[in-house]
Amino acid sequence: MSLSLDEVRKIAHLARLSVQEEDLQGYARNLSDILGLVQQMDGVDTRGVTPMAHPLDASQRLRVDEPTETDQRDHFQANAPAVESGLYLVPKVIE
Amino acid sequence: MHEKSIAELAAALKEGEVSSVELTAHYLRRIETLDDALNAYVTVTGEQAMEAARAADEARAQGHAGPLTGVPIAHKDIFCTEGTRTSCGSKMLDNFIAPYDATVVARFKAAGCPILGKTNMDEFAMGSSNETSYYGPVKNPWDTERVPGGSSGGSAAVVAGRLAPGATGTDTGGSIRQPAALNGVTGIKPTYGRVSRWGMIAFASSLDQGGPMARTAEDCALMLNVMAGFDHRDSTSIQRPDEDFTRHMNTPVKGLRIGLPKQFFGEGMDAGVARVVDEAIAHYKGLGAEFVEVDLPHSDLSVAAYYVVAPAECSSNLARFDGVRYGYRCEDPKDLLDLYMRSRGEGFGPEVKRRIMVGTYALSAGYFDAYYLKAQKIRRLIAEDFASAFKEVDVILGPTAPSTAFRLGEKTNDPVTMYLSDIYTIAVNLAGLPALSLPAGFSDGLPVGLQLIGNYFDEARLLGVAHQYQVGTEWCGMAPGGFV
Amino acid sequence: MEWETVIGLEIHAQLSTRSKIFSGASTAYGAEPNTQACAVDLGLPGVLPVLNEKAVAMAVKLGLAIDAQITPRSVFARKNYFYPDLPKGYQISQYELPVVGRGHLDIELDDGETRTIGVTRAHLEEDAGKSLHEDFHGMTGIDLNRAGTPLLEIVSEPDMRSSREAVAYMKKMHSLVRYLGICDGNMQEGSFRCDANVSVRRKGTEKFGTRTEIKNLNSFRFLEKAIEFEVERQIDVLEGGGAVVQETRLFDPDKGETRSMRSKEEANDYRYFPDPDLLPLDIDSTFIEQVRASLPELPDEKKQRFMNHYGLSAYDASTLTSSREMADYFEAVVEQAGSGQAKMVANWVMGELSGALNREGREIGDSPVSARALGALLARIQDNTISGKIAKEVFEAMWAGEGDADMVIEAKGLKQITDTGAIEQVIDQVIADNPKQLEQYRSGKDKLFGFFVGQVMKQTGGKANPAQVNELLKKKL
Repeated sequence: MSLSLDEVRKIAHLARLSVQEEDLQGYARNLSDILGLVQQMDGVDTRGVTPMAHPLDASQRLRVDEPTETDQRDHFQANAPAVESGLYLVPKVIE
Repeated sequence: MHEKSIAELAAALKEGEVSSVELTAHYLRRIETLDDALNAYVTVTGEQAMEAARAADEARAQGHAGPLTGVPIAHKDIFCTEGTRTSCGSKMLDNFIAPYDATVVARFKAAGCPILGKTNMDEFAMGSSNETSYYGPVKNPWDTERVPGGSSGGSAAVVAGRLAPGATGTDTGGSIRQPAALNGVTGIKPTYGRVSRWGMIAFASSLDQGGPMARTAEDCALMLNVMAGFDHRDSTSIQRPDEDFTRHMNTPVKGLRIGLPKQFFGEGMDAGVARVVDEAIAHYKGLGAEFVEVDLPHSDLSVAAYYVVAPAECSSNLARFDGVRYGYRCEDPKDLLDLYMRSRGEGFGPEVKRRIMVGTYALSAGYFDAYYLKAQKIRRLIAEDFASAFKEVDVILGPTAPSTAFRLGEKTNDPVTMYLSDIYTIAVNLAGLPALSLPAGFSDGLPVGLQLIGNYFDEARLLGVAHQYQVGTEWCGMAPGGFV
Repeated sequence: MEWETVIGLEIHAQLSTRSKIFSGASTAYGAEPNTQACAVDLGLPGVLPVLNEKAVAMAVKLGLAIDAQITPRSVFARKNYFYPDLPKGYQISQYELPVVGRGHLDIELDDGETRTIGVTRAHLEEDAGKSLHEDFHGMTGIDLNRAGTPLLEIVSEPDMRSSREAVAYMKKMHSLVRYLGICDGNMQEGSFRCDANVSVRRKGTEKFGTRTEIKNLNSFRFLEKAIEFEVERQIDVLEGGGAVVQETRLFDPDKGETRSMRSKEEANDYRYFPDPDLLPLDIDSTFIEQVRASLPELPDEKKQRFMNHYGLSAYDASTLTSSREMADYFEAVVEQAGSGQAKMVANWVMGELSGALNREGREIGDSPVSARALGALLARIQDNTISGKIAKEVFEAMWAGEGDADMVIEAKGLKQITDTGAIEQVIDQVIADNPKQLEQYRSGKDKLFGFFVGQVMKQTGGKANPAQVNELLKKKL
């Protein structure tokens, strides 16, 4: 299993991670190694096996429909990098 | 004071031999003088700790003390602590002041335990050596040239170095047990769903589980009594009546059926580790336990399956760190894409980025079935292996890690070799079972951990089995030179 | 060459729960920015979702109403993409196993024809926040109050063949969710909106053409215009020898056209996988039966009843049951006026009342003339106090707030003249004043009868009982 630099670039973009051009090679090697490790799975016959998404064989518990939260905007926005008039600011979104 | 276990400290507080203020101040002094050598704390919260200690003494004076009131502890920096930086070992959250308490933190506060500080960890709990932390690696108190293991390396080191009587940790693939083993302390990963994940920053949601780390199994049981319990804010929290995890402390192991998985005793384990495990088996035999070989045929695949499931979940869990609402934001983003790419590219370290990319790849169109779905199926096979084994035995025993603490920098350039440090611990997370690591001896002066795996919800028995070993051996009482 | 249009709709109905789908924050509309975005909605580190029971019950309600399968074990999945109004970097939705499976909805077209539109599925998901594009020093502002509001996405089969059918389907679904009380249907506030998948193909071919998806249509008119524009655009492209590109498009209501939304195009790899924070949703028969017991009378049932019980035409029954509020209003008036008057009540509700409401853009819920008041007015026609024509004048006065029917009749002196003597007196006068017309009438010009009626009504200010006028005139002439 070997990933090309282009594939690494594509994955990094999908994950929104900037990667320096000079680091691409290293990531390509590491990711290829990891996928190589993962490929051990290929040899196992898993026909008819139900995928296990979760260790608990339980079902979703439901919440009563009641507003329980109070306004904590200022408290939460104390951590925000850029805020104005109660809004989080991001570079202009073009649709 | 610091040579005492939590159980002993609780007794001393109860008897009035010491106050929480004295005890807390003592630990804070030790941290101040000794932690420079370890780098185990990311944040020390001395003032708040002293305030909480005074409140604990006050509560005791008024007759409102619980079992652990006044015993100071440390939290892994993955648990949100209101008003205190919660960094998760990452530059991404270096400036993040948590606006709320994790359930685990709230429970310890309610129990009257002052918080000494937040412990260092691998970035977002991704690592087995603590070297991926933004704050630099933690050093192993037994040999400061060596790693403490990870990701709860800071928590393990503060317990081993007597810089806290106990600390919380989290375990996604061995992150409590492996550092416990490498530092000569006891740590338990409970059954998935026992400890609330609310406020515990997610790495891989279906695998993450919080648990206690302390010197002894009894201490872990006392801490688990505080930590565990149903939480309506966590959909995966188990709704069961509260139980006393210390109830099997004095249950003899005579007649206990212990399984030895043949896959855990093949090649790959260091000779020194093998010797210690053999001695522990002999000790249990002496106590009247019976040993049976068990087969976990798919356990060899656990690392492979894990490195699909965990990165897949992490790639999604860590998408929220985007520089918009909190956390690191890059300088002068030229547009929205640039904001995302650079905030995340600069805010995350290389190991986190590797795992996000592996997970992104495994979930992407065209690869989902071959990777993610395949891994989920193998996960099922692994869980079924354990289910069959637990029809034959009460407890499964083996090594926690294949070697003792390795040297700093030894494996940093080779992620796959690093991942294999967790070869004995990962299967347990995939199945959701409880397991603990307890100190069982030394190899070349470095601690060796013994792993006990239990059936679902069988923590009390696991802790009892470990305790029976600890009352007859000296290992958990030993402190590293320089931290005596 | 003839073209056929193929349309499928994805309707997003905001469920009218009090709290959000996965958090305890309020869903009330119009709060200050980010004051109703709690830790969970903001996607703070360490937070976890817990599912709202009411949202599940509402989804099941819709499922039962469209005769759909309710999935016994459905699964929540994460749809991963980066966007500033999506705080976690993923939307919790349902992918492979939605809560509501295959169902159907019958629509009625203007010509009275009925068509069955297949519903592929309906799934629960969380809404995103809002990006505010007015200028904050060249930045965009993000308000996350809406983030986490429960949505039911109702996906139709590509069963519609014209914009008219698409609008009829959307209207029917709009009416249904309001009947069920699961969505307020407020399209201006975005509580009910849809994406339209549109393609064209040569008539007679089986294979679907390449489709485009027009996002976020929040009015019936926009839906109609957007489809019409898009169909023409696609036909032009194809007839010009080009190919339709599968893409997301946005409708610009000002220009009446759709345009490509390139920003959403790239990286359409959503990497769906089961949300590990949420366990599978089990819905047992007890839960389903509880929901079934809470179902109101549905539009189609109500329509049947209106036809059978009140003897209304299919058209009238269908119009009156198009919204629950209108049906309730109608029945309240009938109760007042007597069930024998159902047809007249129907004419009034669909005529005068609807006309006045439309004129002022009001909903029937805030009509200035209540059902009770309208009933009282119609009772005055019944007891011959006023004529139907005068009643319209009274209605206008009532609408303008001049009081109830009796007050208006009294104040304006509109009480009908039923005294034979008084009417005869007027008739005599009219005959005496128009000898020429009388002569012509008598010599066979029957049409002039209407002239005399008109003169009498004019003299009495329209208050003479028309039946009596007719009868007496015939005699006298």
